[in-house]
Amino acid sequence: MLPTLGGRIQTRLVLLAVVGGVVTLIIGPLLPISAPLSVVYRDTFVILATVAVLGIGWEFLYHFVMQWRWEKDWPTLFGLITAVPEGVLVWLLLRADLIPGIKGTVPGTAYVIDFAVVWLAVWLVANGPMRVPFIRWRFRGGRLA
Amino acid sequence: MTDQPAGVAQEDALPPQPETVQRLRPTADLATAPPVVESGAPPGSGDLTQELLRSDQWTDQMLATAGIPVTDVPLVSVGGGIGSFVTVDYLRIAGVSTDRIKVLSNLDFAWQTYEYLTRVSQIPKPERIRSDSASRPDNIWGFPSYALAESVSERTFAPLWQVLVEPIFADYYTPKAGRVFAGLERESKRIGWNQMVVKGQVRMVRKRQGGGYFIILTPMAGSTSTKRLAYRAEFVHLAVGYPGLKFLAELQDFRTKHQDFHHVVSAYELHEHVYEAARTKHLVVMLRGGGIVASRVLQRLMDDRERHGLTTEIVHLFRTYITSSHGPNAWNRRKGADGFAYQGFNYPKSVWGGQLKARMRRLEGDDRATAYKLMGGTNTPYRRRWQAQMKQGRNAGWYRTMAGTVDEMRLENGKIVSCVKTPAGMVEVAADFVIDCTGLEADIAEHRVLADLLQHSGAGRNPVGRLDVERTFELRGSASGPGVMYASGATTLGGYFPGVDTFLGLQVAAQEIVDDLARRGFCRRIGTFRSIRQWLRWARNKQP
Repeated sequence: MLPTLGGRIQTRLVLLAVVGGVVTLIIGPLLPISAPLSVVYRDTFVILATVAVLGIGWEFLYHFVMQWRWEKDWPTLFGLITAVPEGVLVWLLLRADLIPGIKGTVPGTAYVIDFAVVWLAVWLVANGPMRVPFIRWRFRGGRLA
Repeated sequence: MTDQPAGVAQEDALPPQPETVQRLRPTADLATAPPVVESGAPPGSGDLTQELLRSDQWTDQMLATAGIPVTDVPLVSVGGGIGSFVTVDYLRIAGVSTDRIKVLSNLDFAWQTYEYLTRVSQIPKPERIRSDSASRPDNIWGFPSYALAESVSERTFAPLWQVLVEPIFADYYTPKAGRVFAGLERESKRIGWNQMVVKGQVRMVRKRQGGGYFIILTPMAGSTSTKRLAYRAEFVHLAVGYPGLKFLAELQDFRTKHQDFHHVVSAYELHEHVYEAARTKHLVVMLRGGGIVASRVLQRLMDDRERHGLTTEIVHLFRTYITSSHGPNAWNRRKGADGFAYQGFNYPKSVWGGQLKARMRRLEGDDRATAYKLMGGTNTPYRRRWQAQMKQGRNAGWYRTMAGTVDEMRLENGKIVSCVKTPAGMVEVAADFVIDCTGLEADIAEHRVLADLLQHSGAGRNPVGRLDVERTFELRGSASGPGVMYASGATTLGGYFPGVDTFLGLQVAAQEIVDDLARRGFCRRIGTFRSIRQWLRWARNKQP
C-alpha cells in the first residue's frame, strides 16, 4: 500500500466498520464461547471498536516508521504482521479488564480466532478488491473522503 | 506519432520502427542544418497553405480555402500508444461511445512502440518488465493484479508469495512482458480500439476560432484524395510519448565521424549483432549508463556468457558512481552500491498514490524542481540474480566498473578506444563494442507536434522543461473557448505528478483527465456502482 496518514486512518476505520462488521456478524455464532449470542456479539463488537480506536494511535506510529523507508510505502507483509502487536495489546487490555463494555472474560481461543479472521479479511480486501468500488482510493493514499 | 523532423533522411532499408528510434540517427545533421522554413501549398490543394502555417488560430473558412476535408469528432487522442490507450479505456468505461473518440496514430497497435523498445532493450516476452503487480494498463482497477492472474493461470502460489514478502524477503514481483501484451490485446478488442484509430501521422494541433481545435493528420499514402485531413474537436488529448532519444555527445560524434553504426550502438535500437559476435570470439564490451536498461543488457551479456561458455569481458562506465546509501538525511536515503542506485521502480513507490504524490501536488516552481532532483537520478532495481552474476564477474575479473566521463573516442587497430576522465586521472579503455544505455531524452521541441504547440498554441514549459500541465493534466495556456487540451505521459514530466511515464502514471493521468471531462459534461464520472458494474463486465470480457 501507498498510504498517507489520513488515508491510513480512513481506510482502517471504514474497512473495520464494513468488512470487520460483516465478518464479526458471521463468525459470532461459530466462536467457542459459552455465552448467549447477544453477549458474544457485544464482546466481539467491543473488541472490533477497540481495534479501530487504538488503531488510530498505531497508524501514527506506522506512519512514523514509514518515514525511514525511501519508497514511503507500506509493504503488504507489514499490513499483515502488524496484527501481532495490535492483537497482543488488545488481549493485554482485555486481561487487565481495561476495555469498557466487556464483562467477564473472553476465552483466549475465541479471541485469537475472532481477531485473526477479522484482520485477515480486512487485509485481503485492502490489498485488492477495495480498488473495484473505489477506483480513486489507491491514488489518494487510501483516502475515501 | 508525427512526421519526421526537418532534415531527417528516410532510411528505407530499415524495417518500420517507432519514431523514437528513427530519431536516434540524425542528431548531428539536425544540430548543424539551418532551420527549414516550410512554404505553404496553394489554396484548394488539400494541403497546408501559408495562411494556415502562419496563423495561431484557424477559422473553418481557412480549412475550406485550403481544400482540407474536415471531420467532426468530440475528442481526439493524438499518439495512439499506451498513453492514448489507457485514457481511451477510461473514457470507454465512463460510458463514452466509440463514435465520439478518434485516436490518430501511425501505430498498428497501442503497445507497438513499447513492445519494440522492451524487446531491443533485452526484455523479450518471457522476461519481466519493471512494473508493479497492480499497474495494469489493461485494467483500470488493477484487480486482479498481475501476480494474482499469474498465480491462477499458472497454478502456482509463487507470484502471490512474492507479492506478500516483497521487497523485504524477495525482489519486487514484476509481470512478464508477454502477459502485459496479451492483456492489452484483450482489452483493446473489448473496448473497440480499432474502431477509433485512424492511421496516419499528426502534423499539428491548432486552436480554432470560436472554440476547440483542429488536428491535422497526414493519412497513409494513397488512402485519401488529399494530402491532409483535419479533425475538428472540442477536446484533445496528447500522448505522443518520448520526444526522442539522443546519444551521449561523444558517441554521436564517433558515429558521425566514422559512419560506424555497428560498433557503437544504442540499447534502444536493434543490437543483436553484438551478442551474436560475442558467441563467435572473445569480446570486450563497454557499457555506458547505470539504469534499468544497462542492467538488462548486462544481464544478457552475463546470461550468454554463462549459457554458451563465452569469455566476454564487460567494462561498465558510470558517470555518477554510487558507492553506498545516499540522500540528505536519515528519512530520505536511497540504497546504492557498486555504482548503482537501487530503487524498485523508476520513482519511489509512493509517488503513485501515497505521501510523495500528495506532497508533490502542492509544490510549485523551484521547490518542485528540487524535489524532482532529490528523488530522480538514474537507478535500477536490486535483483538478487543480477547481484550474484555481477559478484561472480567481479571476482573472476571479467566484469569491471569505472567512474568517469569520456573525453574522446577513437578507432585504433579495430578497437574503440575511450579516453575516460576518472577521479584518478585519464584512463584509456579499448573495447570491441560500446553500448549506450543512458537513454538520454531529447528536448520536447524536437517533436514536431510539440514544437508547433509551443510556438502557436500557448503551451509552455514546466520547471524541468517539459509541457506545463495542471493537476488535471490540462495543458496550461492552451484552452480554446470551451475546448481543452490535455497531455499525459513522458512529455509532462516535471508536473504536479512525477510518475507520468509509467503504466500507473498513465492511469493516474487518465483518471484526472476523465474526471475533469466529467465535470465539463463530456462524460459521466465513474462512481462506485458504475465501477463495480464495469469491473464485472471487464471480468466477463464484455464490451463496456
